[in-house]
Amino acid sequence: MTGDLDTRSALRETLPTVFGYIGIALAFGITARANGLSVLEIFLMSLITYAGSAEFVIVSLLALHAGIGSIVLSVFLVNARMILMSTVVAPYLSHESMVKNIWAGTLLTDETFTLSMNKLNYTDHKLNFRWLDTANLFAYTVWGVTSAIGGMLGNLINNPEKYGFSFALVAMFIGLLYLQMISDRTIKLTVQFIVALFVAVLMFFGMKWLPQNGLLLIVTLLGCGFGVVLKHGTK
Amino acid sequence: MALSSYVLFVILGSGLVTWLSRVIPFILLKQFKLPKVVVNFLSFVPICIMTALWMESLFIQHLGQLPSLNVPNALASIPTLISAMISKNLLVIVIVGVISLAIINLAF
Repeated sequence: MTGDLDTRSALRETLPTVFGYIGIALAFGITARANGLSVLEIFLMSLITYAGSAEFVIVSLLALHAGIGSIVLSVFLVNARMILMSTVVAPYLSHESMVKNIWAGTLLTDETFTLSMNKLNYTDHKLNFRWLDTANLFAYTVWGVTSAIGGMLGNLINNPEKYGFSFALVAMFIGLLYLQMISDRTIKLTVQFIVALFVAVLMFFGMKWLPQNGLLLIVTLLGCGFGVVLKHGTK
Repeated sequence: MALSSYVLFVILGSGLVTWLSRVIPFILLKQFKLPKVVVNFLSFVPICIMTALWMESLFIQHLGQLPSLNVPNALASIPTLISAMISKNLLVIVIVGVISLAIINLAF
């Protein structure tokens, strides 16, 4: 990562994400086709809903012929963490116009969010529309096109997980977590490490009681609270 | 190409709730500034979310019981983490991760 906030560096820095998206979107297209969705439906879902893991949830619920309302509610719960991520990114774009703010929010994902958080460590905590929009659009285009291709490949490839692509985004989160910890100078390394450990332990035990998607949100909020307490306690 | 109205309504409905979750904070924070204590709180969101997402892939949930380890993902995480420490380069990390899981899947 560099301190530049131009189109070129955005494209270069989004490349690992795009690589991950290709794998997951292909797997999504193939899975959706296997569950009876048409290529058009797959393409539209990726363009309109555009929600990675939630799209897998939708496909599994469509296969069960679940009610529209209950599917939409599940998607909202899966994606509620977006509220938190948008809240974190938005202040960095408040100097841009309202239209640009809405557009940047429209295409924000887990991945472009974590990328921009990492980027902040190189740009003296600044972000602009051009950089985020380029990253967002690059990721969006690849996700849409590749999920349609996955749908066309359909039954030609079975068991897409075995090629390891499903791990691309996990690897990205591991990498970004590590890079975030070593480069974020605003919070002490030991504090970050203890907070991450706290979240890991809560996730492990929490999985016994709560479905993962709701749990993720609750644990994240608890982790943030714990972090604030810890940060002030160690000052 | 088929497009059933059932699927279309699901796509539009879930698209709408997702879009609102993404956009409302941007609209509100264009007009209001967050108090410092909230900013402080939110500064922990990245590490918390990334850790939680990683944990989700490391374990397989069985409600009512403790989760079991997702062995291939857990094994693949080790070289991935090591490559992060050595390279500090996201593309290298992602490639090492994918190749690791592919090899592990081949071996088992």
